[in-house]
Amino acid sequence: MIKNGVTIDQTFAEAFPMRATRIIITAQNAKWALIAATAMTGFATSVIACGCEAGIEREMAPEETPDGRPGVAVLLFAMGGKTLAKQVETRAGQCVLTAPTTALFSGLHDGDPIALGKNLRFFGDGYQISKKIGGRRYWRVPVMDGEFLTEETTGMVSAIGGGNFLILAESQTQALAACEAAIEAMRKIPHVIMPFPGGVVRSGSKVGSKYKALHASTNDAFCPTLKGQTQTELSPEIASVMEIVIDGLTQEDIQKAMRVGIEAVCALGAPAGIRRISAGNYGGKLGPFLFHLQEIMA
Amino acid sequence: MSALTFTLKVALHQRLDVSSLIFDHLKDLDMAAMRTMKLPLGNRSIALQEIFSLEGHDPSEIVFRGNTQKLDKMGKGMTAGLIRVEGDAGSYLGMHMKGGEIRVKGSIDAYGACEMRNGLILIEGHAGDFLGAALPGNKKGMAGGIVHVKGNVGSRAGDHMRRGALVIDGDAGDYLGARMTAGTIVVLGQTGRYLGYAMGRGTLLLAKRPQEILPTFQDCGTHTLGFIPLLLKSFAGLESPLSRMSQVFNRVHRHAGDTCALGKGEILIAAG
Repeated sequence: MIKNGVTIDQTFAEAFPMRATRIIITAQNAKWALIAATAMTGFATSVIACGCEAGIEREMAPEETPDGRPGVAVLLFAMGGKTLAKQVETRAGQCVLTAPTTALFSGLHDGDPIALGKNLRFFGDGYQISKKIGGRRYWRVPVMDGEFLTEETTGMVSAIGGGNFLILAESQTQALAACEAAIEAMRKIPHVIMPFPGGVVRSGSKVGSKYKALHASTNDAFCPTLKGQTQTELSPEIASVMEIVIDGLTQEDIQKAMRVGIEAVCALGAPAGIRRISAGNYGGKLGPFLFHLQEIMA
Repeated sequence: MSALTFTLKVALHQRLDVSSLIFDHLKDLDMAAMRTMKLPLGNRSIALQEIFSLEGHDPSEIVFRGNTQKLDKMGKGMTAGLIRVEGDAGSYLGMHMKGGEIRVKGSIDAYGACEMRNGLILIEGHAGDFLGAALPGNKKGMAGGIVHVKGNVGSRAGDHMRRGALVIDGDAGDYLGARMTAGTIVVLGQTGRYLGYAMGRGTLLLAKRPQEILPTFQDCGTHTLGFIPLLLKSFAGLESPLSRMSQVFNRVHRHAGDTCALGKGEILIAAG
């Protein structure tokens, strides 16, 4: 399949099951909601070393949030429920409870409940107040700037991590420009995050390594500087490859995000130095969800 | 199907217990069985058909018509359905209620919503003493649901209340929220004496400054509290001016108490 001079490989991205939750952070203004959300989703690019993958889903207008203040929706993904619950609690405690004027709400009421403010309330040292409003329990924790309001629990659902596609370009600059265009389009899709810095990964990995201690290592088949040394996937004109990784609540969410992202890249096309779109395909070693590029773009 | 309507055809001189006239009991009865069922009247019982004329068939919506002010325990323990009272109602309305809705066009007597667990009660007139309270001798009052009174309420509303909300558009009598364990009471009118007496936890949200606050409540200053917009939003479905008062409650003066009890309750007075 060729779109605007860009070859879309007949391949697929492999993704794996995860557990996820969505939370809403509000604050006095959008600036402080975003500061808290950015802190909470920091160092959360990959479950390999960060414990969870997290990102900002979107900013929310005051009329969309529970308390009528500007807010930010955040998605967090982990490999298991216990890990996710721990990560949510730790990050909420250190990054949201501490951020001035913020409040914390569940953004997902389906699935199994996990603690959001359930244990953070003990920071109130006995002065915390419970309020059950509209069937949901909230905690009012006295803090130095007033009160920290938090919902007791948030919903945890089954989700998918590791959806991806690769952008192969004639130069590093052109690859990055295409990634930026893709990310801008993908950020409009609900229920997905692109957890890596700016949504883009330059160090895509393969499963396994020559070093026994490592479970993953550089994806040498897509490294342009190794074209002559390894069994390369790159043709001579490709000088740079970047990857976009997508975590989403459902298969449909990821498919939608991949489609708009690839469309944005193809809109730049061959004149902008974009030659191919491929995907992280590890021969079935990674996960049960397969996202076929040509089917998504059909 | 039309609403199952009970119209009083006699003037009652004694109290009539209508606690069995709820959806949960009537859903499995045919009209003949309903007509002959016995209702406690004073210290005896009487067949329903001697007191009420019946119309309609749908027990999920029950209507009481006539001089209904002596009908006690309407909706007692109900879990579902709607009860509409076209006039006044007696005591213990919505007692032990677990779900569904009761709408009263007129006023109700004492102990309305006592020990209520869930559901919605709307009173267009006034409510007597001990609204949402515990029964005499009991220590667990209303534990869930919402009661909205458009008029005034008597003394000791929310006595021993544990959860849920009372929304009072008019005035409240003495001892509002006395011995409260938790829950929320909102009063848009005036309040009486001994406000929050011996309350352990819970919130009294007042639109008007009370005439007096007990010395066992501690002044905590004026604040903007994040839970109030959420609370007001949850009352948006009520026909109360409260849902349009977010600016009034934007700032509240907080008094914590009652320190003669647990002392973790609060009186919040609009300072917006």
